[in-house]
Amino acid sequence: MNTMTLNAGPAVATGDATAEQNFVKTRAENIKTVGTPFCDDAKLRMRNVNVFYGETQAIHDVSLDIGRNEVVAMIGPSGCGKSTFLRCLNRMNDTIEGCRVEGELSLDGDAIYGPKVDVVPLRARVGMVFQKPNPFPKSIYENVAYGPKIHGIASRRAELDEIVENSLRRAGLWNEVKDRLDKPGTGLSGGQQQRLCIARAIAVSPEVILMDEPCSALDPIATARIEELIDELRANYTIAIVTHSMQQAARVSQRTAYFHLGKLVEVNDTETVFTNPEHELTEAYITGRFG
Amino acid sequence: MTDLTQQQVRERIATRLASRHRKEKLFRGLGIASIAFGILAVVVLFTDIISKGASAFVQTQIQLQVNYDPAELGIDKVDSESLAWANFDGVIRNALRERFPDVSGRSEKRELYSLVSSGAGFDLRERLENNPQLLGQSETIWVNADDDVDTYVKSLSKSKEGFLGRTSEQKAGWINALRDSGEMEKRFNKTFFTNGDSREPEQAGIRAALVGSLFTLLVTLALSFPIGVAAAIYLEEFAPKNRWTDLIEVNINNLAAVPSIVFGLLGLAIFINFFELPRSAPLVGGLVLTLMTLPTIIISSRASLKSVPPSIREAAMGMGASRMQVVLHHVLPLAMPGMLTGAIIGMAQALGETAPLLMIGMVAFIVDVPHGVTDPSTVLPVQIFLWADSPERAFVERTSAAIMVLLAVLITMNTCAVWLRKKLERRW
Repeated sequence: MNTMTLNAGPAVATGDATAEQNFVKTRAENIKTVGTPFCDDAKLRMRNVNVFYGETQAIHDVSLDIGRNEVVAMIGPSGCGKSTFLRCLNRMNDTIEGCRVEGELSLDGDAIYGPKVDVVPLRARVGMVFQKPNPFPKSIYENVAYGPKIHGIASRRAELDEIVENSLRRAGLWNEVKDRLDKPGTGLSGGQQQRLCIARAIAVSPEVILMDEPCSALDPIATARIEELIDELRANYTIAIVTHSMQQAARVSQRTAYFHLGKLVEVNDTETVFTNPEHELTEAYITGRFG
Repeated sequence: MTDLTQQQVRERIATRLASRHRKEKLFRGLGIASIAFGILAVVVLFTDIISKGASAFVQTQIQLQVNYDPAELGIDKVDSESLAWANFDGVIRNALRERFPDVSGRSEKRELYSLVSSGAGFDLRERLENNPQLLGQSETIWVNADDDVDTYVKSLSKSKEGFLGRTSEQKAGWINALRDSGEMEKRFNKTFFTNGDSREPEQAGIRAALVGSLFTLLVTLALSFPIGVAAAIYLEEFAPKNRWTDLIEVNINNLAAVPSIVFGLLGLAIFINFFELPRSAPLVGGLVLTLMTLPTIIISSRASLKSVPPSIREAAMGMGASRMQVVLHHVLPLAMPGMLTGAIIGMAQALGETAPLLMIGMVAFIVDVPHGVTDPSTVLPVQIFLWADSPERAFVERTSAAIMVLLAVLITMNTCAVWLRKKLERRW
């Protein structure tokens, strides 16, 4: 049955809905990650990660490394667990009632989960940019200065001003907002707001930036701007980005991880994933047969 | 499934269209009707209260030529001791006898003296206390008329004969004489705003009740707002969601539905009988009203905390803010307008509350204006209740006037709530 459907690939693509579902279901049952999930110089190491929401398991036995100064894109159909996985990396899942994370996760050798781990310094090291731009309802300056303030990074006002300016410059927003730093951050356009959120995240000099579909609420021009920015940020930061757009993954990332129903199906160089995928599920997804 | 042509579909839609529009009109009409009914009720209520109470803001006064005669007063100097037993009533009686020299006989004279309020002597005393050089001098002063006189004079503006009541024909003659000569007129009723309660309507005022209400509300606000907000923040932001917190939530909702007199009984049993706090005191009243308003404040505070978008919490948390920083820096400022509105509405509810205060003795007849939260006092709604219970006709208008004052305070508070909400509300 398995091989039958597989061989009938082209026929499936023409629109036999039940056969298509069967294909996805049967192939998803025994997934072993293919490709190169590990690297020598790993910034983030994840081994055998399982995530549960109450009784349901959202992530099944995922192992993955994210290398230093590398952009790793995570793609996959809706509900495949890529966002859940991303949010494990700075323990944003802690706030979700009934969420349980198992497995070994470490940042530069320091455990991310554990009874002695304090999430406050962890989140200072692993910043996050969310799907919907969510600047604080405060001034642009206050938005960027918030992180340095709560962590006590800047000792003097001048130092803080410098951090704010540098962060905004790196986020490519300085020239647009330098004359209105005291205006509310919520008054900016969507794309500007998202860049403000990136500036806010890099103001505390994190080592890793997690991006959860950062461009899904933006227009193509703003998206292009953010993508450029991600490429520039790579020099200084390690970036993990979840995206729904395969083109975006192809444009910004060095490696791409394909998730399917809570399992990591394939990790490979981005070029390999999009031109010559190892796994048939990956191929089915990137050729648009489901998603 | 039968295939319909476009024509058939359009016909079917058209046949239903008229009834759809009719229903919509009916629905709108119902809405307008209910709003109209509400407005009508408010208008009727306000006209009734204002028409009854407006006259309480003026008081009939009599102009008298008084002579601070040391012999009549029985004092030779002005100090607190001599003022305490000086015969000011005698001075007023003299003045009345001088104005109507042909009145003779004991009962007639008594009738004459009753033109003036029995509290007029206190006005004179105060006047002399503040101006000691008046001793031995004469001056023309306005004193309050007795409440029967006041009632009669006010009724004259409604009908020609007026309402005599306990006023005799002879007295009515004097009153008319005084009115014709301009020695008696209706003037602004200052007493109503400067005095406490009194058995004599013309001397009764709402000052004591107003101050008592203020003290009670201050105690209530000082206790219920911090406690309510803290409880709401804990339940909403920190508490785990389990059976215990569910139980607490249910109980808070139940508490909001407990009749207020039960809180009064609780206050009587705990605060007065067990802790032996003073009776009739704003402190105890405030404590009882705190118990009563807490559920309201907790529920509204939780609702406004819930309405803060989770994205703001996530953003702050993602920056590495601790839970407390998330709450203090981001959630609380956004939830504050809603919390304040809830608190003010709770306060307005507490201001109008009567039943629990009856249980803790705030219904007592108290003349003095309280100076602190432990002084015996009464509050506005209880004052209204007491006056409504009084037999004197002049208390009817004072009851309505006190209601007007209470409503004015309530409307001010609610306006403040709306204004604060508008002012503090931020967009995100």
